[in-house]
Amino acid sequence: MRIIGFIGALLLLAAAMAGSIAWGVTDIPMRTVWASFVHYDGSNEHLIIRTARLPRALIAAAVGACLAVAGALMQVITRNPIASPSTLGINSGASFFIIMAAGWLGINGLQSLTWVAFLGAAVSGGIVFLLGSLGRDGMSPVKITLAGASVAAFFHSMTQGLMLSDGKMFDQVLIWLVGSVAGRDMDQLAAVWPYMAAGMALALLLSKDLNVLSMGDEIASSLGQRTSVAKALAALAVILLAGGSVAAAGPIAFVGIIIPHIVRYIAGNDYRWILPYSAVLGALLLVSADLGSRYIAMPKEVPVGVMTAIIGIPFFVYIARKGRGTA
Amino acid sequence: MSKHRTFRSAGRARSLLPASRAARVTVVLSVICLAAIVICTGTGSQFISPYRVLQAIFGQMPFLQHLFGEAPPMDQVVVTKLRLPRIVIAVLIGASLAVAGAILQGVIRNPLASPDVIGITEGASFGAVMFIFLFAGSVSIHWMPFFAIAGAILITALLYALAWKKGVSPLRLVLIGIGVSAAVKSVSYMLIIAGPLQLADRSLTFMAGSIYGMSWDKDVLTLLPWVLVLLPAAWVQARHVDIQALGDQLAGSVGAHVQKQRLLLIGLSVALAGAAISIGGAIAFIGLMAPHMARRLVGPSFRYVMPVSALVGAILLLTADLVARTAFLPRDVPAGVFTAAIGAPFFLYLLYRNRNRY
Repeated sequence: MRIIGFIGALLLLAAAMAGSIAWGVTDIPMRTVWASFVHYDGSNEHLIIRTARLPRALIAAAVGACLAVAGALMQVITRNPIASPSTLGINSGASFFIIMAAGWLGINGLQSLTWVAFLGAAVSGGIVFLLGSLGRDGMSPVKITLAGASVAAFFHSMTQGLMLSDGKMFDQVLIWLVGSVAGRDMDQLAAVWPYMAAGMALALLLSKDLNVLSMGDEIASSLGQRTSVAKALAALAVILLAGGSVAAAGPIAFVGIIIPHIVRYIAGNDYRWILPYSAVLGALLLVSADLGSRYIAMPKEVPVGVMTAIIGIPFFVYIARKGRGTA
Repeated sequence: MSKHRTFRSAGRARSLLPASRAARVTVVLSVICLAAIVICTGTGSQFISPYRVLQAIFGQMPFLQHLFGEAPPMDQVVVTKLRLPRIVIAVLIGASLAVAGAILQGVIRNPLASPDVIGITEGASFGAVMFIFLFAGSVSIHWMPFFAIAGAILITALLYALAWKKGVSPLRLVLIGIGVSAAVKSVSYMLIIAGPLQLADRSLTFMAGSIYGMSWDKDVLTLLPWVLVLLPAAWVQARHVDIQALGDQLAGSVGAHVQKQRLLLIGLSVALAGAAISIGGAIAFIGLMAPHMARRLVGPSFRYVMPVSALVGAILLLTADLVARTAFLPRDVPAGVFTAAIGAPFFLYLLYRNRNRY
């Protein structure tokens, strides 16, 4: 059953990516799309596909997959259903570090900015995890959510301040506030994909340990797991995945919350299934949200981060209401 | 307890200590606030000594004229036309945000609550950005406060409805507020992008929170009536805030209409925050910090917390704005960036202090 669902999701993702390559301000027939891969002739449409649409679809898919898996990992580590790279401030930390490195320190190369993003993700994630786990009963959902929200607010307003005091072109830096996959090229993907792949591989290798960990610290350690090692490795994977996504597309919100919940509904509680499912569905969500974002304010484009926030909020509210909501 | 001086007359006992201490703190803070007003007015790209500031302010008034003497016309213009409106606005906004936060913290019974954490601020900025987007140029800017307040009310109503599950639990309100405000912020950005580019800078500055370029007739006169009505109203409601702070069960058992009063008080807080934000933009974390400092100074009773946090809020914003407009000359950095830079670590500190509560 799960395998059929997985194949179905892969097919949907392929269809969405094909749509994302073919449709937009200029619609391109599928046959031309196909031709541009098989025998490229340098015509206008082939050029659009090769240099604009294809990188965009690939980046959207990669970022969506990474964010969803990062969200799933974080929900295990923190035992908090609303944990995700965006709610816990990791995305805003990474984007602030990028803006600061690019604006103040004059760092420019994609490779170095990617490392800066990792650093930002690690710093903000570290602060949030540390603060969230202080106190008698360790990491409680409320504590870590509040810590995340305030760290996110801090880095967000710092980013805003840098942008406003610098007076650079508004459009160029806006993606560091909301996240967008428009106007990327293959180089950008080339700079980040090794880290994303490494993070993804690490996550998949950990999936068995995550199953154990999800039963709670006490049961996990009594089953012989070294929980702190498992958590640290998972956190490393989160930093690679989230930092890489931010370096490629800015802080895109809510993908990491929505997808793992849908996946648990479809695929149950086995992380060996949850992680691959999350990757595929996350990619599917971001590719289709990106496709949708082209049609809202045509011919302008809405950043895809806005779309995911709008799609994500009903989920967020649902989860917050469902939880043990008594104070 | 021994410091309480108890007076008895006809069987009624009154303890005077908290009141006299609160009065002392209030007086001291008022003096600091007035001093800050004078010093901040004098500081800028051109420094004016405190005495000349006073000269420029009071020199025109009929009786004080003889006391201070006539100010040079240059000072007169700089002080009364350029700097003073901004200073007055800083005081009004700081006080309103602080009281809005104090009310919310009492009602939500959560030391971490404030208009910006639960999304009221985002709602108000959404309303203002909406106004800029829809009517920029075609409708007078005087209408913007109404849109900001409407946005704040709308978002709060939405939050309230979403958090309602046989009554509103404070915790659920905070969690849902965090989510909703993230989404609303994104929608504001969407409007900024979809709108004309020359307005983008203004909208973005608004979302960061800035009190740059204020004027008497436009800004001060718009905000002043709101503050003059709402602050006394909050003072009158002080007793109910204290009752809310007891918790649902206890408040219910002392005979309070818990949910109804909660709605009224949150409404008061929203109106204060909305009015302030409509002028100054989304200035963050004042509503969080000021009430805590106030409680440290005068204890938990809202009757004393309210005026003290208003003063603390005013002083905080005056200082933040002073740094924002002088530290990076000639750029005028939004004051909200500085309040956030101080406020977020403060929030984390609070979280650390309350680490055993949640």
